[in-house]
Amino acid sequence: MSMVLSAVLALLALCLVCGAILGFAAVRFRVEGDPIAEQVNALLPQTQCGQCGYPGCKPYSEAIAAGDKINKCPPGGEATIQALADLLDVEVEPLDAVEGEKPKMVAYIREAECIGCTKCIQACPVDAILGAAKQMHTVIVSECTGCDLCVEPCPVDCIDMIPLDQSLQSWKWELPLPPGQLIATDREQAA
Amino acid sequence: MTELALIMVSSILVNNFVLVQFLGLCPFMGVSRKIETAIGLSLATTFVLTLAAMCSYLVQQYVLKPLDIEFLRTISFILVIAVVVQFTEMVVQKTSPLLYRVLGIFLPLITTNCIVLGVALLNANKSDFTFVTATLNGFAAGLGFSLVLVLFAALRERIAIADVPKSFEGAAIGMITAGLMSLAFMGFAGLIRL
Repeated sequence: MSMVLSAVLALLALCLVCGAILGFAAVRFRVEGDPIAEQVNALLPQTQCGQCGYPGCKPYSEAIAAGDKINKCPPGGEATIQALADLLDVEVEPLDAVEGEKPKMVAYIREAECIGCTKCIQACPVDAILGAAKQMHTVIVSECTGCDLCVEPCPVDCIDMIPLDQSLQSWKWELPLPPGQLIATDREQAA
Repeated sequence: MTELALIMVSSILVNNFVLVQFLGLCPFMGVSRKIETAIGLSLATTFVLTLAAMCSYLVQQYVLKPLDIEFLRTISFILVIAVVVQFTEMVVQKTSPLLYRVLGIFLPLITTNCIVLGVALLNANKSDFTFVTATLNGFAAGLGFSLVLVLFAALRERIAIADVPKSFEGAAIGMITAGLMSLAFMGFAGLIRL
C-alpha cells in the first residue's frame, strides 16, 4: 500500500515540477509578434506600393513569414529576392512573371494642370515628387518606383503613369534562360 | 579517461543506435531526402539526446531509486523527455528565430524518436554509470545518429539522380541502402570489447 502511495505521490510531484518549469518558460520566453516577419520587413524596400497583392510591405512580410513566395516585390527587384533567399534559406526565384513582364512605369505630372496641393507628395512612399504648396510639382524619374500611389489622391487627375523608355542608362542584358531550357537534351527530358 | 573514449567509440560506431541497435528508424528513413534537413534534425536530436540523458539520469538516481519505484521508469522518462523537448523549443524560438525556423518541425518530432527513450533506459540499466558517463553516452548517441543520418542523406541525394530500376525506385532502394550501411556498421563489432 505504501509503495502505491509513494509511486503516485512521486509521479504527481514529478508532473508538478515539470508543469511548473513549462509554465515558467511560457511566461519567461514569450515571443512578441513574429521575429521572422520583422527581419523580412527590414529587407523590403518600404515603398508600400502594393504590387505584391498585399496592402503594404508589413503585411507582405507577414505573408512571407507564413510561407508566401519571396518573388512578388518589383520595386525591390533581384537584390531583395537575393537578400530574402539568404535570410530564409530558400531558393532564389526569378521575379514573379506577371509582374516582371510589365514595362517599368513612372509617374508623370502634367505640370500645366498641377494646382500645387502637395497631396501626391504626401502619398509618395519614396519621396520622388518635388514641389511645395501652391507651387508646381514634378516627379524625379530616377527615384520613382512606379507604384502609382500618387495617382489616386490627385484632386485634378493630372498624374499619368507612362512606360519608361529604354535609354542607354536603363538598358540591361536580358536574363539567361533557366538551366532546364538552355541545353537541348534537358529540354527533351523535360518534355 | 579511456572509459570515456570507449563510451564515445562504442555509441558512435560499434553500437550505433540506428544501424546496429535499429532504434529511431523513422526519422532515419523519413528525414533523409535532403542533406540540409538531415543536418537540421541531427543538430536538434543531438541537443535533445544530451539534455534528456542528463535529466533522466537525475530522475533515476534521485527520485526513482531512493523511493524504490523503478517500475515507473518508462512513464517518468517519457514525461521528462517531453518536457525537455518542449522547453528547448520555447528557448530556441525566443533566442534564435532562424534556428527555430530550421528545426521548428523537427523538435516536436524528436519526442517520439525511440533513440531518446532508448538511451535513457539503457543508461538506467547500467548500474556503474555516473552522471558524466550517462551524459556522454547520450551525446555520443546523438553524434552517431547525426553521422549515419547525414551519410545516408548524402547517399540518397546521389540515388535520387541515379538510374534506378523502376521497381526499386523511392523507398525500396532507400531500404536496401540502409541495409547495406547497417552491414558496414556491423563490421565495427570487432573493433573494441567493452
